[in-house]
Amino acid sequence: MTQELTVGVGAGELATADMVLNIGPQHPSTHGVLRLRIVLDGERIRHAEPIVGYMHRGAEKLFEVRDYRQIIVLANRHDWLSAFANELGVVLAVERMTGIQAPERAVWARTLLAELNRVLNHLMFLGSYPLELGAITPVFYAFREREVLQAVMEEISGGRMHYMFNRVGGLKEDLPAGWLGRTAEAVAVVRRRMADLEGLLVGNEIFRARTAGVGVLSAELVHGYGVSGPIARASGVDFDLRRDEPYLAYAELFAPGGPGRVVTRSAGDALARFECLLEQVHVSLDLADACVDRIAALPRGPINVRLPKVLKAPEGATYAWTENPLGINGYYLVSRGEKTPWRLKLRSASFNNVQVLAEILPGNLVADMVSILGSMFFVVGDVDK
Amino acid sequence: MSVLDLLLRLVLLLACFLVLPLVVGQIEHKAMAHMQSRLGPMYAGGFHGWAQLVADGVKFAQKEDVLPAAADPWVFRLAPALALLPYLVVLALIPVGAGQAVVSADVGIFLVLAVMGIGIIGTVMAGWASANKFSVLGALRAAAQLLSYELPLVLAAASVAMAAGTLSLPGIVEAWRPWWLLWQLPGALIFLVAGLAELSRSPFDMPVAESEIIFGAYTEYAGLRFALFLLAEYAGIVVLGALTTVLFLGGWKWPFLVGGLGWLWTLVKTLAVAFLVIWLRVSLPRLREDQLQRLAWAWLVPLALVQLMITGVVRVMG
Repeated sequence: MTQELTVGVGAGELATADMVLNIGPQHPSTHGVLRLRIVLDGERIRHAEPIVGYMHRGAEKLFEVRDYRQIIVLANRHDWLSAFANELGVVLAVERMTGIQAPERAVWARTLLAELNRVLNHLMFLGSYPLELGAITPVFYAFREREVLQAVMEEISGGRMHYMFNRVGGLKEDLPAGWLGRTAEAVAVVRRRMADLEGLLVGNEIFRARTAGVGVLSAELVHGYGVSGPIARASGVDFDLRRDEPYLAYAELFAPGGPGRVVTRSAGDALARFECLLEQVHVSLDLADACVDRIAALPRGPINVRLPKVLKAPEGATYAWTENPLGINGYYLVSRGEKTPWRLKLRSASFNNVQVLAEILPGNLVADMVSILGSMFFVVGDVDK
Repeated sequence: MSVLDLLLRLVLLLACFLVLPLVVGQIEHKAMAHMQSRLGPMYAGGFHGWAQLVADGVKFAQKEDVLPAAADPWVFRLAPALALLPYLVVLALIPVGAGQAVVSADVGIFLVLAVMGIGIIGTVMAGWASANKFSVLGALRAAAQLLSYELPLVLAAASVAMAAGTLSLPGIVEAWRPWWLLWQLPGALIFLVAGLAELSRSPFDMPVAESEIIFGAYTEYAGLRFALFLLAEYAGIVVLGALTTVLFLGGWKWPFLVGGLGWLWTLVKTLAVAFLVIWLRVSLPRLREDQLQRLAWAWLVPLALVQLMITGVVRVMG
């Protein structure tokens, strides 16, 4: 159904000029310092341009003067909601270059922590997105659930955001006694209480009205801009590295009959993106359960390998990419045999994901701008690196 | 009515006008917090943070009165008063008990609806005078909102007036019978929904949507003037609750214990409506401006007309 709307000034035969409005870098809906320069006719967006870089810290250049242990500290920071997943890419790249094999116990523990990290990340957006649409309550439920998972993450790593628990060749330490049981309990609690969050939003007419058909992203645009993650899958792009190029223990989890499945939607609108995120939480909780069971069944063994004092990657290059919560996160590691990388290129998910805003914002209202922006699920640090 | 009597009523009115919005605000703080598994204010005043809003008021009063360089100074300064005062006038017209209104007018309902419409001008003035793009957008949204809620609001009120056969607010309460709850139910719902839009309360808080346009027309305001706008919002809730009570819920009437306690029942019903308003804010996301227009013109106005028809038919048959 098409509808012609005339909202605010600037319509009809009155002599008017378009208004340039800067959304950000300081604006409640930009999650930090993303800036959108939009040209408005009344409330309708004629032109939109994301201006990035306000938080650029030169992460890639900093990587070049740090050894591989130090890089992990730095690399888990760009997407501050997916710290564990960020670390993972670095250690996978270095392990591949050096030929170090992480013990099986470490592989499963990493998978478990990566999935818990994914749930934490998604819960954040499941709370903040409704907040942008004016629903103020879901964020509190989301944070209540986050807290339950944060507790087990904190117990194992000591960190609440930047876990710094990955090491080349495994994890920092073995799992604490009884931790697996507490994790299983936390997962069960979160799964049970997700209904509270869903009850507020799923099927709500206003929520549907604000998201269904809004900001439709076509599969062509997804491919054109390199959009990835739940946003791409909401547009029907059935691509998930966990299944399509498995790393860690995902090959087994995503095998037929396993708990893993790739969540996709075909509509490509804000609602589809939200639904993707919501369902991925359930899938990740199932995966976490499977990991817990598996680790409990594993025989005792090491969680990491002994590393040389000076860790050098042999000359060469590799590209390690992982399915981060927000999309594809890749590290292109070029080494000349030094203890520091010669170049470590970071491909972050949010950077590509927000570029597409210039294509899908024009023609929408300012109110929908927020609805679309929020549904792109980005972290500004991940954009600006 | 002697001068002393009038003076007493005015003092009482002012006290109500200053205290009730704070009570509603405090209920919002606490009820909302508990609905969101939080505690809300706990420290100010000692017992469950009862003095939080008083403390807020003190804080607002101490703040610098900032006037943006490009603002239109007089309009900017006057806007909060214009937003607040209409609600004071309306409150003066509300009968809290039999014969207990500060001012009684024969065309009460007419006057109330007319005066309430003025408040929006304060918002439009604030938005324009602030010389801020977000403020202008907020003001225009508020103005656009006016177009959608005003007609259903008036039509719903007209239905009650028709049922009671009078435009006087006390007269409507006198004529009210419990079965009107059913008879006038669609009208009551329409009145409440349109009233929420008038107050810019969730789910119709587009004019102040902080995630979209910062704080709409009030973006540039700080200190006392900002506090006045906030007070206007909560005074608005009180007024909406009181009007709904008088028009649709039988005002001071109650199945038992009426006696001299009529004002108490008015208060209870008013606060119940206020609680509903708060509850809706906690539960619902925000509509878009054009979706409100659609809701108003495609649903509220036709429904209000149907209600008018029902009222007319029942009146003629009865």
